[in-house]
Amino acid sequence: MAMLSFERKYRVRGGTLVGGDLFDFWAGPFYVGFFGVTAIFFSLLGSLLVFYDISQGDATNIFAFSVNPPSIKYGLGLAPLNEGGTWQLVTICACGAFFSWTLREIEICRKLGIGWHVPIAYSFAVLAYVSLVVIRPLLLGAWGHGFPYGIMSHLDWVSNVGYQFLHFHYNPAHMLAVTFFFTTTMFLGLHAGVILGAVNPGKGEVVKYGEHENAYFRDFICYSVGPYGIHRLGLFFALNAGFWSAVCIIISGPFWDRGWPYFFDFYLKTPAAIGNIAY
Amino acid sequence: MGTYSSIYNRIQIRGPFDPGVPLKHSSDTRIQTKTFSYWLGKIGDPQVGPLYLGWSGAASLAFGFIAIEIIGLNMWASVDWDPYAFVRNLAFLSLDPPPAKYGLNPLVPLGDGGWWILAGFFLTASILLWWVRSYTRARALGMGTHTSWAFASAIFLYLSLGLFRPILMGSWSEAVPFGIITHLNWTASVSVLYGNWYYNPFHMLSIVFLYGSTMLFAMHGATILAVSRFGGEREAEEIVDRGTAAERGALFWRWTMGFNATFESIHRWAWWFAVLTTFTGAIGVLLTGTVVDNWYLWGVKHGIAPNYPSVYPSFPIPDEATRSVMQ
Repeated sequence: MAMLSFERKYRVRGGTLVGGDLFDFWAGPFYVGFFGVTAIFFSLLGSLLVFYDISQGDATNIFAFSVNPPSIKYGLGLAPLNEGGTWQLVTICACGAFFSWTLREIEICRKLGIGWHVPIAYSFAVLAYVSLVVIRPLLLGAWGHGFPYGIMSHLDWVSNVGYQFLHFHYNPAHMLAVTFFFTTTMFLGLHAGVILGAVNPGKGEVVKYGEHENAYFRDFICYSVGPYGIHRLGLFFALNAGFWSAVCIIISGPFWDRGWPYFFDFYLKTPAAIGNIAY
Repeated sequence: MGTYSSIYNRIQIRGPFDPGVPLKHSSDTRIQTKTFSYWLGKIGDPQVGPLYLGWSGAASLAFGFIAIEIIGLNMWASVDWDPYAFVRNLAFLSLDPPPAKYGLNPLVPLGDGGWWILAGFFLTASILLWWVRSYTRARALGMGTHTSWAFASAIFLYLSLGLFRPILMGSWSEAVPFGIITHLNWTASVSVLYGNWYYNPFHMLSIVFLYGSTMLFAMHGATILAVSRFGGEREAEEIVDRGTAAERGALFWRWTMGFNATFESIHRWAWWFAVLTTFTGAIGVLLTGTVVDNWYLWGVKHGIAPNYPSVYPSFPIPDEATRSVMQ
């Protein structure tokens, strides 16, 4: 039912990291595995805790639902459930689910005989999350520095933390991250466009392949990075977007506690830059 | 068994220079500048060129050059033509749009924003001609014009920031300055001036698509490199005649998340995410100050933002001061 026409021959035993054959089976289209079981456990428990925490508040508007971290006064200790303890449990569950998901992806890669590129890429996203809710709070000495789990509350958190540093655009790692995000999106539009253009050439035209894809970008911008190159660039830029996002928030507070515009004072104070800046 | 081509090419092959497939009659000829780059060959294709100029490309480069010259010379003039000061202060220098008193008057004194209008005109002409090139080059090769329409979405955001919104607001002064630090200052200011753009739903959507595009390219790039040992980088071939690379790529995602795209449909997901990033962003720009004056108060009105208690309850605020904001 849930199997694609060519799928049966790929459903082979083996490739598991732990558990041997015990969890080596599929449920519908999903591969299970030991880490599928742990992922289900953590995500179900985490979701139930989120619903429990919301039920303890008086918010009725979905935009206002929020599971908030504990007060700063609890430091790095455990907080009572209704004062942020639930947030701590949800965070543990989220980390458990994300780590399980990464390891389950590795098992699937081993089963299919393909590279581990996707789990490695996914671990960068997990790193960015862990930076926000574990690494930075640890460095600052209180779980209260983690960000809240809510639709508007996490936006408020980003806005507030940003303005605590006066002007976050001056954060050099933020500059890099934004540049990588924008460039990745541009590359994605260009790559998707040329592939769709090659195989959907319009009425009366035959389908085109790599030769024409190369010719298009050589004619358009004098260089075609080629079919390997564009996926390397896309992956590299996307991972850098996540990596520098993690860096930009980890350095904000633990390693820089003033407004980010002041960061560039070092440059303005050098003998080379003293003098006529025209604003 | 093939090898992964994860990060760089361990072996570079120098075949004959590829002059490119034949073009339609309406095209000029390509300039066969035969160059191979060892370092480009490390990550991608070592061949640079051939160069296709054409009338739209030549005009676009000329207009782009004029725009850069206007911006650069104005920045240089702002430091009294001191070349040393120009280089060391480059990140902080700016060519600003005319002040509000000129409204939309196209005839502004050059030193008071007129150069900004001229630079914007030439840059816009250059970008639109480059779009024409993206379209005609695809047609000359008998390909679809999907790249052009993705590019058009980015141009729509650029024009919304620098032309459409200033026209709707009735003033050039609403537009973005040309400058490295100053365009960041503009971005922060416009958010704060209009009540925090985090509450702008189209800004939210734009960020979702921006992050989504980055996630999609990480997923897609990683999948293709992971199946490169089976020839998965030849995507058009796999779309037309599915091989084991496409099957393994699809099954990876099906087994992971219960759903998979195909080698063609992943590029449709990708195209829409990239296009909608700039398209929704442009809508958010066009609504700001024209339809909505304060995105936070808009959020309060529509029940997505809480009405925070006043932080400074004893601070006297005269009614007149808030009336224009609260409307």
